[in-house]
Amino acid sequence: MEEKIIVAGFGGQGVLSLGQFVAYAAIADGKEVTWLPSYGPEMRGGTSNCSVVVSDQQVASPIISAPDCLIAMNKPSLYKFVDKVRPGGTVIVNRSLIPDHVERNDVDVIYIDAGALALEAGNAKTANIVVLGAYLAKSGIVSKELAAKVIEDKFARKPKVIPANLKALELGFAAVR
Amino acid sequence: MKKLMKGNEAIAEAAIRGGCRAFFGYPITPQNEIPEYLSKRLPEVGGVFIQSESEVAAINMVYGAAGSGARAMTSSSSPGISLKQEGISYICGAELPCVIVNMVRGGPGLGGIQPAQSDYFQAVKGGGHGDYHMLVYGPGTVQEAVDLIYDAFDKADQYRMPVMILGDGMLGQIMEAVEIPEFKDPATFPKKEWATDGTGFGANRRIINSLYIEPDVLEEINHRLFARYAELAEKELKYEAYMCDDAEVVLVAYGTVARISKSAVHTLREMGIKAGLFRPVTLYPFPEKQIAALAAKESVKRFVTIELSMGQMIEDVRLAVNGAKPVSFFGRTGGNVMTPDDIVAVIKEGK
Repeated sequence: MEEKIIVAGFGGQGVLSLGQFVAYAAIADGKEVTWLPSYGPEMRGGTSNCSVVVSDQQVASPIISAPDCLIAMNKPSLYKFVDKVRPGGTVIVNRSLIPDHVERNDVDVIYIDAGALALEAGNAKTANIVVLGAYLAKSGIVSKELAAKVIEDKFARKPKVIPANLKALELGFAAVR
Repeated sequence: MKKLMKGNEAIAEAAIRGGCRAFFGYPITPQNEIPEYLSKRLPEVGGVFIQSESEVAAINMVYGAAGSGARAMTSSSSPGISLKQEGISYICGAELPCVIVNMVRGGPGLGGIQPAQSDYFQAVKGGGHGDYHMLVYGPGTVQEAVDLIYDAFDKADQYRMPVMILGDGMLGQIMEAVEIPEFKDPATFPKKEWATDGTGFGANRRIINSLYIEPDVLEEINHRLFARYAELAEKELKYEAYMCDDAEVVLVAYGTVARISKSAVHTLREMGIKAGLFRPVTLYPFPEKQIAALAAKESVKRFVTIELSMGQMIEDVRLAVNGAKPVSFFGRTGGNVMTPDDIVAVIKEGK
């Protein structure tokens, strides 16, 4: 088993932490993982992305040729990576910021209104966790329960934000299931 | 229990566990998490952290601390390492141990901040003046970097020379699960009978110096250094030969590029192309005999060196192969990184 994911969006949308949550949950599940961020001036206001590889063996390349899944949080990110997704792969599109229709018919496309669901969860900043939920529902790479535990651990110092994030995870998960 | 850690932070923690109690450095991307982490962590273990006014000052602080017997370290990235070359040469001339981390970025000049391997020449050939080398490691994973720097201070002390960890921006920024080793007990470290720690007096006074006016004396010191390098080649060589037993095309790569190459080898094998990977872990000493042995194998038809540069390590590969088989090159530079599929395409085309 090896799953290669690219998460991309604006700096500040939580794309790096979305990838980290996948990584932390995969580690907690006993899997091997690499999380490689883009770094540099593009982070400030520009686009940001990270490559996550989850495997049951030691990960060789952290650089991804053809992702199994692209999570696009904004429009430039969708167009930057959509053609790289392997045939049969998945594209998760943040409908709140991307009105476009994905023109490929050899990939599964999930449109999710992450912004609206985040507001429903009670915190606009949880859009990335909504998408995390959607991704877990689609990929089954780790359980929702494990992801919830990781969220509780990572926000242990900010317990106030935990309920909204857990709700966001549920809403994203339910939106796909 | 394995922990998900960023390369730079894991390296910093492992350095402390390996005995580092003094760090001197000046900020530069993409290695800033090392000083950032150590600035908080070193005081907790009774160590010294100084952000110096410049890279030149930092390396000379390392020189001084190492001379007094401390396990000292600095880290930087390419332009900063260039500034440190004078100090590194002095430290080598004075036969002092220290650890230097270079998280390489694209050059020349200020270049960029994205990953590169274009400091290979500088690291392995002696970037400063004079005849000298360092023990240079090119780790491929965060765990390997942790394990290497953990023992690097022992090696530096044993051979009385700097040890360099030659990484790249990717190795610094990547997060992977790592096992951080236990603290080494400083009480177990061998005594430094040469250190200017205030215990040598009179006839037994200790002098740290790299100035030798008498040619015969200086020549002898050069021979002494090179005898040590020969010992390194005998005892400290590290490498990985992956799927080389029946390989027809051998990819030669180090560091993170070796990982990308390993994925390419998997894909090539699935396509029926017998590819293997030879990965030097010590870049100095270079595993030349092992590469020569591969070149002598009938099954091996050719070598392809893969680097994030215009081609630097390829010169050492060519010297080792010594004309026995063709050696070609594929590289990206300027901070660009090839994908596994890029490598597959190059090999498939027979380039």
